[in-house]
Amino acid sequence: MAIALPILFPFLLILILVVVKSNRASQLIAVSGSAALVLIAIYLFFEVKSHGILTLDMGGWPSPMAITLVVDYLSVLMLIVSAIIVFVISIYAIYFLPGQHKSTKFYVFFFALAMGVNGAFITGDVFNLYVWFEVILISSFVLIIMGNSKEQLEGGIKYMALNLIGSLLFLAGLGLLYGKTGTLNMAHLAQILRAEEQSVLINSSTALFFIAFGIKAAVFPLFFWLPASYHTPNITISALFAGLLTKVGVYALIRFFTLFFVQDQTFWLNMLLVVAGFTMVAGGMAASAHYDVRRILSYHIISQIGYMIMGLAIFTPLAIAGAIFFMMHNMIAKTNTFLIAGIIHKIKGTFYLKDIGGLLNQSPFLAVLFIIPAFALVGVPPLSGFFAKFILVKAGIESKDYIIVAVAVFTAMLTLYSMIKIWNEAFLKEDPNDNQSQSKVVKLGFMHFLPSVILGLVSIFLGLFAATVFDFTTQAANQLIDPEAYINSVLNYTMP
Amino acid sequence: MEILLVILVGVLYTAGVYMVLRRSILKFIIGIIFMSNATNLLVFLASGIVAGKPAFVDETVQNASKIADPLPQALVLTAVVIGFGLVVFALALKLKFFETTGTDDLDQLKKTDN
Repeated sequence: MAIALPILFPFLLILILVVVKSNRASQLIAVSGSAALVLIAIYLFFEVKSHGILTLDMGGWPSPMAITLVVDYLSVLMLIVSAIIVFVISIYAIYFLPGQHKSTKFYVFFFALAMGVNGAFITGDVFNLYVWFEVILISSFVLIIMGNSKEQLEGGIKYMALNLIGSLLFLAGLGLLYGKTGTLNMAHLAQILRAEEQSVLINSSTALFFIAFGIKAAVFPLFFWLPASYHTPNITISALFAGLLTKVGVYALIRFFTLFFVQDQTFWLNMLLVVAGFTMVAGGMAASAHYDVRRILSYHIISQIGYMIMGLAIFTPLAIAGAIFFMMHNMIAKTNTFLIAGIIHKIKGTFYLKDIGGLLNQSPFLAVLFIIPAFALVGVPPLSGFFAKFILVKAGIESKDYIIVAVAVFTAMLTLYSMIKIWNEAFLKEDPNDNQSQSKVVKLGFMHFLPSVILGLVSIFLGLFAATVFDFTTQAANQLIDPEAYINSVLNYTMP
Repeated sequence: MEILLVILVGVLYTAGVYMVLRRSILKFIIGIIFMSNATNLLVFLASGIVAGKPAFVDETVQNASKIADPLPQALVLTAVVIGFGLVVFALALKLKFFETTGTDDLDQLKKTDN
């Protein structure tokens, strides 16, 4: 029963938060509730570690008929990372979300989003995944336009437009898949599709899912909704989206293309490889052309998605382990950079790099906090990003995909360039309006920095204990490459 | 019956894509409605339709393969409800946007790009 807790517990919190009127009380419930989510995720991790893959058939039906919840290593690692992000952002929102009356409303949709993300990570049913995607979509629609400003409404429309079309393609793909196989249970699908060779029939579904998840994950030709909308909402919400949303798309791609879309695999993996390369370069190039911190970071999300897709496309156990490691590292470090962008905004009143400067002298502590995720993203040892990129590059060389390795290394330079730009402009450069604004420098308390400190510590932890974490991601990758265990533990008693 | 529905799905997708590509936000939403209905019909069709048979079995039914499959009906019902909710939200967003900016022209939405 504990498996359903990552879904049921946020739902319970939503029910409580709907009736709570007091601002303070809702903040207290949100922070303690999301701390409990972290504990639930860690508990599930130890359960998976000792018992292997956990499954739960909802509604008491036997397995391929029921909606199955499945927790394997990949799911549980994603659950832990997303719970940490939800936890730090629930603290961050107290200090950075403007308006006294908004906290209660914000937390309701905040936990709806968390519920959708957790549901997507642990479901073992394709249609159920569609439902969780819709839960994520509708709560993110509400969050993105929360301030009701002109810009936010415009960004909201663009975000909504492409994502609605994405979910229509998802639904069409799953309808066709059901027509061909007669099941939507992922393990059952894997059993059927791995036994038969009817690639022509399955390819139509694969293409529809590829585009649908490609839109969610913001890969190369389909990413335009992301930079058009991520910089418009309050920075708290941008940080939440940056950490969670696109990664759910990547998770779904990894799950589907390892588990059951194995027909015509060479074609699809090459396709993913090409898309990965273009995603990295396009995102990195666009990031280096901008001067608004949020826009730099938004484009940068796209470039990092490319690395995860690259790991999936190389498709060796090492590469997939690297992709999962990269995803964990990136969710933490990326959210952290957005949090720091919010702190810069709080101190300076703008996100535009040309108007700010001198932060190194004014707040050396903030400089240290920025250095950690920035170096982690660039890949400086001993931080988490170094090991993630190292594993991916090593896997690429081992499987002789030299072009993508060259692209990955080149993109690391672009990342370095855009991080150095933020560092030079915001921290090193002298404050352009030094004379007037020196007096009204905002002093922030430690609580403002706490979320970023937590994420920074997690980044350092992921780097220092990289061998241990990599061990777990390797086990996750082995479970994905050889899904026999997954199929058996879902269908164990019911199928011949 | 199937062939008629297949043609209908095609027509709805065509109309939907045409409307989505137009400049007005309202027409875009209408296009989404067309495409969402076409998708629902597609899901329903792809799993095979059975005419005049119930979706539920009792003890008297000997051969389960001759009755209608209840799962696609349940899927489509869920998808219809979700699609309806999303369209209502889209319309509310469009109204709010129109109240704030006074425009319904997608070509005016250039402030958040680059």
